[in-house]
Amino acid sequence: MDFINTLLLTLRLAAITTIILLVLGIPIAYRLAYSRSAWKPILEALVSLPLVLPPTVIGFYLLLAFSPNSGLGQWLQETFDLRLVFTFGGLVLGSVIYSFPFMVQPLQSGFEHLPAHLAEASYTLGKSSWTTLWRVLLPNIRPALLSGLVLSFAHTVGEFGVVLMIGGNIPGVTRVASIAIYDEVEALNFGEANRYALTLVLLTFVFLALFFRYNRRSQPWISW
Amino acid sequence: MDKLVSSLNCTLHLRDGQRSFELDVDFHLAAGELLALSGPSGSGKTSVLRILAGLESRAKGRLVFQGQVWQDHAQQIFLPPQQRSIGVVFQDYALFPNMNVRQNLHFALFKHESTALIDELLDVMDLQDLARAFPRELSGGQQQRVALARALVRRPKLLLLDEPLSALDTQMREHLQQYIQELHKRYALTTLLISHHPEEIQRLAQRVLVMEKGKIVGEAIPAEESKKGFQLRAIWMGAVDGMAQVQLGENMLRTVVKENEVFEIQVGQVVWIRMLSKDEFEILPEIT
Repeated sequence: MDFINTLLLTLRLAAITTIILLVLGIPIAYRLAYSRSAWKPILEALVSLPLVLPPTVIGFYLLLAFSPNSGLGQWLQETFDLRLVFTFGGLVLGSVIYSFPFMVQPLQSGFEHLPAHLAEASYTLGKSSWTTLWRVLLPNIRPALLSGLVLSFAHTVGEFGVVLMIGGNIPGVTRVASIAIYDEVEALNFGEANRYALTLVLLTFVFLALFFRYNRRSQPWISW
Repeated sequence: MDKLVSSLNCTLHLRDGQRSFELDVDFHLAAGELLALSGPSGSGKTSVLRILAGLESRAKGRLVFQGQVWQDHAQQIFLPPQQRSIGVVFQDYALFPNMNVRQNLHFALFKHESTALIDELLDVMDLQDLARAFPRELSGGQQQRVALARALVRRPKLLLLDEPLSALDTQMREHLQQYIQELHKRYALTTLLISHHPEEIQRLAQRVLVMEKGKIVGEAIPAEESKKGFQLRAIWMGAVDGMAQVQLGENMLRTVVKENEVFEIQVGQVVWIRMLSKDEFEILPEIT
């Protein structure tokens, strides 16, 4: 039961994180792709930071920021009755920050590689930037969208350091598969660790295989 | 101002690679006119088109189209492209890859408008058989026809064409010139055509403006009798030691002449010239 629960929690975390990242990632990638601002490199560096920082660094600062002893943590607790340390909510937040570049970078690159005049052509045909985004830009970066979805999902399934720092290891609440593996190995339960590990390998393999299959069929009109 | 005349008078700071220069243009456009814009690449032609289309909000100056102010920097008026009565054909056509030909046209329709015009345009442009094809399946000439048809779905008053035929071979170009001519008349359009090709300008345009380094340096009326190119109005500056000089806009041009070719021309007189190369010209008998 613990095994299934842990796996379900892992998938739930990855799914929620991916959906949040999709909602946040589209407008941010769109802004970054078309921005001419002098701040652009700074924003890009900020978005990419989780790529190079050790996950424990991110986890450590999140832990400090949201701990009930900190100003922010206290404020959240008192105002919204929201506790982010050692809770599922905290895991989601940590995962969103940690996987942020995996969603934004493919999308930004997708937008940037579109022919420059597509959006302008849509404007001259009387369409708002909202309609242009939904009906012209997004449908033409579908491979990039898929990449962002798959990478964010897979990356969240595989994260360890951030989760451990901010979530800890509470069965059914914050104990995800990667933590469970570490835990079982520490307790010398190699068989159980193997069960988790092998399931993760199979799950992510099937997931990626489906992605590549769908990705090839989903773009009859464009060759990258 | 006369509702049949449109005017653009503006400046815009442009950057072309390392060098930057000031675009500074002032011209009129009569209703129903087909005006060509010519000149070397990097002279600012496309920027003029973009200002007219509402894609350059940074331009300083004033643009009035047939009595309606589209842009006025001093009064902080700027009509976005969506609110201008324009159709634009971009150099790379900019067809939407995820939509087929009919969907590309349909996308441009006003809300709740009937699709009758789409069928008409598909007919006029001989695209009925290709209505279900996607842009990647079309040849350059076919894509061009789709782009032209799509630009007219909103029944614009002003059609803007950015070197629409430059990527096509000679035969296809002539073929499409007929379409442009037909559309211009049929839908009573005012058209601005950017073109490098003298024969294209000759054939389509009623007037041509020549641009160089962001300025209009010459204005000409393509003449029927002039087969090789179009003629430019220049100011005669005189001839010294067999070198004739004329002023074309702000540029001084020189060419070698014989005395008997020029002895009747007075300094300051307007003469018609035809460009032979970038800074060589020949003097023509005045056209009427």
